[in-house]
Amino acid sequence: MRELELKDLYSGFRDPNVIKALSQKITEEAKQLKEPLKIMEVCGGHTHTIMKYGLKQLLPSNIDFIHGPGCPVCIMPKERIDHAIALAQMENTILLTLGDMIRVPGSTSSLAVERADGSDIRALYSPLDAIKIALDNPDKKVIFFAIGFETTTPMTAALLEQVVKQNISNLFFHINHVLVPPAVDTIMADGQAKINAFIGPAHVSVISGAKIYEPLPQKYGAPVVVSGFEPIDVLESILMIVRQKNEDLCEMQIQYTRSVTIEGNTRAQQMIAKFMEPREHFRWRGIGDIPYSALALREAYSKYDAEKIFADILPLEPIDDHKLCICGTILKGLAKPNDCKVFGTACTPNTPLGSCMVSAEGACNAYYRYGEI
Amino acid sequence: MSNSKQIQLSHGGGGEETNSLIHNLFYRYFSNEVLIAAEDAAVLNVKNQIAFTTDSFTVSPIFFNGGNIGKLAIAGTVNDLAMMGAKPLYLSASFMIEEGFAFDELETIVRSMAEELTHSGAKIVCGDTKVVPKGAVDQIFINTSGIGDILKEGISAGSINEGDVIIVSGDVGRHGAAILMEREGLGISGDLKSDCATLWPAVEALIDANITISAMRDATRGGLSAVLNEWAQQSAVCLEIEEANVPVDESVQGICELFGFEAFDFANEGTCIVAVPSKDAQHALEMLQKVDVTKKAAIIGKVSMKKEGKVILHSAYGSSRYLDLPKGELLPRIC
Repeated sequence: MRELELKDLYSGFRDPNVIKALSQKITEEAKQLKEPLKIMEVCGGHTHTIMKYGLKQLLPSNIDFIHGPGCPVCIMPKERIDHAIALAQMENTILLTLGDMIRVPGSTSSLAVERADGSDIRALYSPLDAIKIALDNPDKKVIFFAIGFETTTPMTAALLEQVVKQNISNLFFHINHVLVPPAVDTIMADGQAKINAFIGPAHVSVISGAKIYEPLPQKYGAPVVVSGFEPIDVLESILMIVRQKNEDLCEMQIQYTRSVTIEGNTRAQQMIAKFMEPREHFRWRGIGDIPYSALALREAYSKYDAEKIFADILPLEPIDDHKLCICGTILKGLAKPNDCKVFGTACTPNTPLGSCMVSAEGACNAYYRYGEI
Repeated sequence: MSNSKQIQLSHGGGGEETNSLIHNLFYRYFSNEVLIAAEDAAVLNVKNQIAFTTDSFTVSPIFFNGGNIGKLAIAGTVNDLAMMGAKPLYLSASFMIEEGFAFDELETIVRSMAEELTHSGAKIVCGDTKVVPKGAVDQIFINTSGIGDILKEGISAGSINEGDVIIVSGDVGRHGAAILMEREGLGISGDLKSDCATLWPAVEALIDANITISAMRDATRGGLSAVLNEWAQQSAVCLEIEEANVPVDESVQGICELFGFEAFDFANEGTCIVAVPSKDAQHALEMLQKVDVTKKAAIIGKVSMKKEGKVILHSAYGSSRYLDLPKGELLPRIC
């Protein structure tokens, strides 16, 4: 057996002939659909795949996508970005976060502006790099502004585990980890989006297991197919949805079987549970407060919790979006990016008014970059 | 050279130590009549219309797989001249060096510069050395300016016409990927080398073959995406690119997959894009493929009027999308 090469992880999943064949198969079988399919791809990674590979162009007109809330940068409300800014402005502080956060506009500034103004703000590829930064700067407060869905939460937990083990006293956590199921429930409870199928997140499910979607088909009468991120994954998942519909099935199925199991990564789940617990309130940008939809550090780890330690400088008031921005409506699946008046004019990736324009996983950013030709 | 193994502030002081550095290092490697005349300014004989360009090099790390800041400083400026159809003739070289910088490393850099100059025949005819206190620059910055003799007129980003064919001179994204690999590493092994190289031999081959060149640009910062978008806008045309025809090395694609970057957005330092009328396309391709530095040249698309000012990428499976300018902070200090 030959050694696994990096390209094996993607090249087979972009084969033009397979893409064409799947597209034909879907087109053929979708003729029998009793009603048009409105598929919510929950995760921003799938939105990106759909736009980047122009998948919509390969599908019949009775299949449409509703772009879901699964972009961790996009759902971050302004007041929490203001938290990051307030923390970064403190004396002798290094603020660490993931790349996309740097440009997200808060109420009056962004981390990019603050950094140009002299604050020490650094983007990390791996949260564990924070340890070296904390050890190299013993006189400074190093704050990790943690973001992401279930996918990235284990890395934050692993970092905290190391911090505890190594007894590092100058590294703090501002936790903004959010959860997929409560967000989906909130959007579906709204009832307006008319979603009748889901493409379930890929990497989130690797961690949490496909079990977290098991209630969805029954609850909303919509099949769920947990899909990988490559174009062939997404097309195969759509075919699986079409087949369920045509066979009057409504189930949770896994397309991304090479990585996702029902139970998920139980060690990662245990590690998250050890350090974090659901928080009662978390406001999602454009959607509003969703109870128990995000995580916070457990009481036992309060001494690492930047939200508690620096509470007196963190603004509490919710801050609404720019009045022309319809990110909230887009996140709820009620509008497409190009329905927005400021899309591509006042709001572009360089001058984003709303967060959906900032991240590569945001629906507006994907529409702007790849367009509808 | 004195016995000191590090560059000291005195090496930039203008006195004996500076003199020693100039004579024992720069003259040794860059020697030519104009330079060693050691006047306040180089005196040059230039007859034709000339092209003039300047660039500052701040790359981090200064040594990377496939080159170093010195090689880059020569190739970068020489390539800018070549892209205007100009034969690179004379360059200036200014060094801003941080106190304490290892003399051996400086010598390695200077030796690479001399070696890279042989690929175009250009000469360094003037220069400057500043040594600044620790922390005032990061190790070493180099500025080079250059002039070249324009042998082919009319090459311009605004001269691309409907029907022209777009050629890329090699696989894209290697410099950016190599720098990213050096910086972030992630413990990945592999032989990912920057494409850093002098393109003049390839340009000379096109000129000698009397190919009509509408536009030519080396795809440095912003990569292929940036050049194509600039052209689409400046010439008010639509560039339609066949994605599958753009050569991308597997190791570059692998790094892009890991970090979520696009190879088309990554910098190149020895790869250019050429737009030629369709009648010259095949001939131009053959000429490029004969030159070592551009042996992997490929035709990647054509010019239409479908969407003015836009670059459209066609997939091998029948869908299309825009290729936009790269946004945000890709990688600072890449060159």
